[in-house]
Amino acid sequence: MAEPESSTAAAGGSRLRNACGGVLCAFTLLLIGVLAFSIRLFSVIKYESVIHEFDPYFNFRVTQVAKFSKHSIVSGDCLCVHCSNILSKRFLGYLPFNKGEAKGTGAGLMAAAILAMVPSYISRSVAGSYDNEAVAIFALIFTFYLYVKTLNTGSLFYATLNALSYFYMVCSWGGYTFIINLIPIHVLLCIVTGRYSSRLYIAYAPLVILGTLLAALVPVVGFNAVMTSEHFASFLVFIILHVVALVYYIKGLLTPRLFKVAMTLVITVGLTYASKYIPIIASVSEHQPPTWPSYFMDINVLAFLIPAGIISCFLPLSDASSFVVLYLVTAVYFSGVMVRLMLVLAPAACILSGIALSEAFDVLTRSVKYQLSKLFDDSPAASGDSSAESSSAGTVSTNSAKNETRPEKTETAPKEKPSKKNRKKEKEVAESVPVKPKKEKKLLVLPMEASVLGILLLIVLGGFYVVHCVWAAAEAYSAPSIVLTSRSRDGLHVFDDFREAYAWLSHNTDVDDKVASWWDYGYQTTAMANRTVIVDNNTWNNTHIATVGTAMSSPEKAAWEIFNSLDVKYVLVVFGGLVGYPSDDINKFLWMVRIGGGVFPHIKEPDYLRDGNYRVDAQGTPTMLNCLMYKLCYYRFVETDGKGFDRVRGYEIGKKHFKLTHFEEVFTTHHWMVRIYKLKPQKNRVRGKLKKLKSGSKASSTNAAGRKKNPWQ
Amino acid sequence: MPRATSDAKLLIQSLGKAYAATPTNLKIIDLYVVFAVATALIQVVYMGIVGSFPFNSFLSGVLSCIGTAVLAVCLRIQVNKDNKEFKDLPPERAFADFVLCNLVLHLVIMNFLG
Repeated sequence: MAEPESSTAAAGGSRLRNACGGVLCAFTLLLIGVLAFSIRLFSVIKYESVIHEFDPYFNFRVTQVAKFSKHSIVSGDCLCVHCSNILSKRFLGYLPFNKGEAKGTGAGLMAAAILAMVPSYISRSVAGSYDNEAVAIFALIFTFYLYVKTLNTGSLFYATLNALSYFYMVCSWGGYTFIINLIPIHVLLCIVTGRYSSRLYIAYAPLVILGTLLAALVPVVGFNAVMTSEHFASFLVFIILHVVALVYYIKGLLTPRLFKVAMTLVITVGLTYASKYIPIIASVSEHQPPTWPSYFMDINVLAFLIPAGIISCFLPLSDASSFVVLYLVTAVYFSGVMVRLMLVLAPAACILSGIALSEAFDVLTRSVKYQLSKLFDDSPAASGDSSAESSSAGTVSTNSAKNETRPEKTETAPKEKPSKKNRKKEKEVAESVPVKPKKEKKLLVLPMEASVLGILLLIVLGGFYVVHCVWAAAEAYSAPSIVLTSRSRDGLHVFDDFREAYAWLSHNTDVDDKVASWWDYGYQTTAMANRTVIVDNNTWNNTHIATVGTAMSSPEKAAWEIFNSLDVKYVLVVFGGLVGYPSDDINKFLWMVRIGGGVFPHIKEPDYLRDGNYRVDAQGTPTMLNCLMYKLCYYRFVETDGKGFDRVRGYEIGKKHFKLTHFEEVFTTHHWMVRIYKLKPQKNRVRGKLKKLKSGSKASSTNAAGRKKNPWQ
Repeated sequence: MPRATSDAKLLIQSLGKAYAATPTNLKIIDLYVVFAVATALIQVVYMGIVGSFPFNSFLSGVLSCIGTAVLAVCLRIQVNKDNKEFKDLPPERAFADFVLCNLVLHLVIMNFLG
C-alpha cells in the first residue's frame, strides 16, 4: 500500500507521518471496501439470496456444472451471489493504484470512494446479478492500470502481466475490443504529439504480440484476432511504432537529417489511419443509444465534475493522464452509441471526478491552512508541508466558478504557475528550499470564507451523490426480476410465481421432457427447473427462435404440430394480465410474430394488427384472437372476475370463452403469472379438425394463412 | 543525381561508423533480432508460395518470430547504457524479465500451435 508519493519525503520527521499516512490510506481503503460490499447487499436484505436477472442464470448454470455437480447448490448459489461482490472489492483495491500511478494517492482514494457507489457499476455488480460484465470491468481497469504502470516504469515484467490481464478480459467479455483499440489510439497520440519514448515501445509492442496470441486462444475469438477489422488498428499502430522506433534509433546514431523526412511520412500514415478508423468505431453500434436521464441516473453529479477533472489532467500532461483523458473521451462516445457501455464510462468518470474533487479539496484546505497560520501570525514553516501540495489552478477556478463563490479577490494568476510536472520533485524542492514555494503559495490562496464555503459546498455535493447512490442501489437496481414486489395500502405483496412454476416443472415433469417458452425464460428454466428448453437467452440460431415464434403465432393445430415435431412436452407462457405485470408474453408477442415472420413468411405482422394497433380486445383481429399465445394466456381467464379484464392492457379481452383442443392446462401459478400447458397426446389430432369454438364473434373465421404447412414437416 | 548518391553514401558510411561503436552485447542482440525477423520473413514467403492452410501453425510461427524480435528489442532498450531512462534497472533484472516474457510467449505459442 506504500504509495510512492507517500514515501518521497526525505526528512526524518516526516517518515513517521508517512507511515501514519500509509496506515490511514489502507484503513480508508478498507472502509471503502466495506462500503462497496454493503451497498450491494441491499437486494439480499430486501429479498433473499437469489440470482435475479435472466442472463446470470446461465453463468450460474455453468459454475454449477463445473464445480458443484450434485450437492451444495445452496452454497453454489451463495457463492455466485457474493462472487461479484468479492470481485468488485478486489477491483476497488486496484483502482487506487491505477490512479496513484497517474495522479496521486488522494485522487485515487477519492476515485475509489466514488466508484464504490457509482450506480452504473452497481447495476451490474449488485449481489445476485452474477454477471460477467462485473468481472470484465475489473479486468478492463486492471489492464489499463498495468498499461499505465508499464508506461511509467518501462518494465517488461509488467508488460507480461498486462498481456495476461488482457487475456483475462478477452475471456470475460466481448468488450475487449475496447482495450485493443483504445491503447493503440493512445500510442498513436503519443507518437503524433512527439511523446514517443522507449517505455512506450515496451508497453505496447509485447502487448500486441502476446495479446493477439492469447486472444486467439479463446475459442470465441479464434482467428478473428487477426482476421477482423477491429484488430487491424493495433497491428497498424504496431507497424507505425516500429517505424518510429527505428527512426528514433537512427536519429540517436546520426545527425538528424533523415529524421524530418521520416517524421512527415509517419504523420501522414497516422492521419490516414485515423480517418480510416472512425467507421470501425461507428460500426460497433448495435444496441440503442441511451437517453439523457440515464446519464444522470447512472453517473449523477460526476457528470459535472468530469470537466474539472479533465482540466486538472491537462495541467501536468503526462503519458498517464493523457491516457485517462483519452479513455474518458472514447468511453463517452461509446456510451453515447450503446447504452450498455455506460458501464465502461463509469470508471473513467469516477477517476476524473476523483481527481477533480481531491484537487479541489487540496487547494481549499491549503488556503484555509495558510489563512489560519497567517491569522495566528505563525511561522511559515508550519505550512511548509502543505505548500508542497501542488497547485491546481484550473480546478480552483472551475470549482469556484461552479459553486458560484468566486470572489473578486481571487488571483487568477496561477494559470501559468509551474504545473506540477512532477510532484515529487517539487515536494523535494519544497522541503529543502522553503522560500520559493512560499512565494508561489501567496498567489494561490483563496480568501478564508470562500474556501470554507467551497469545502462545505463540495461536501454537500458529495452528500447528494451518496444519497442518490444509496437510493439507486436500494431501489432501482436491487429489484430482482424474478421475484416481484408491489406496494399497496395493505402492505407489501410479493409475487414469487416464477419460482413456483419452475419448482412445479422440476417436481412434476420427467427429467428429459422438453419445455418450450419464449427465449427470455430459457436460462431460468434450465437453471431452476432443470429441464431442457428449445430456445434460451444464448440461442444465436435465428431459425430456432423463429420456429418458436411461429408456433406461438399460429393457430392451435399448427402450433401443436410444430411443437410436436420439436418433441416438446410442455409450453410455458408468462401472463401478467391478472396482476398487471407489464413485461409478459402478450406484450412481447409482436416480436415473436416479427421474428417468426422473418423466417417463415406465412406469418404476417399486419394480420395481428387492427389498423396498425396491437390489441387483444374485441377489436383484435381474428388471427390474433386465435393464435396460440392468445389462447394459452387467456384460457379460463374469464373465470377469474367474470369479465376477463386485463390489467396490463386495461380493457376486457376479445374472446372470453373458448376451449383448448390440442393443449391442456396443467399448472397455473398463484397470481397466474406463469401458465404451463401440456401437449395432448397424438390421438387427439383427429379431434382437432372439428375446431369447436363456442363463442367469440370473429372466432369462427379461421385464417387461411395460419393453416399453411408446418415448415418442419 | 550525384549529389544525392554521395549524400546517401555519406549517410551509410556515418551510419556504419556510428554502429561500430556500439558495445558487443548489444551487437549480439541485434544479430538475434535480425535473425528472428529474417525467419519471420521466410515464413511469410513460404506462406505466399505454399498457402496458409494450417493457419494457426503459420500464425504461431510468424508471431513467435516477431514476438521474439520485439522482446529482444525491449531487452536491448533496457540494457543499453545510453538510455538514461533505464539507469536504475540492472541488466540482470532486465534479462530476467526478458526470460519470463519469452516463457509466457512460447507457452502460449505451444498451446496455439495445435
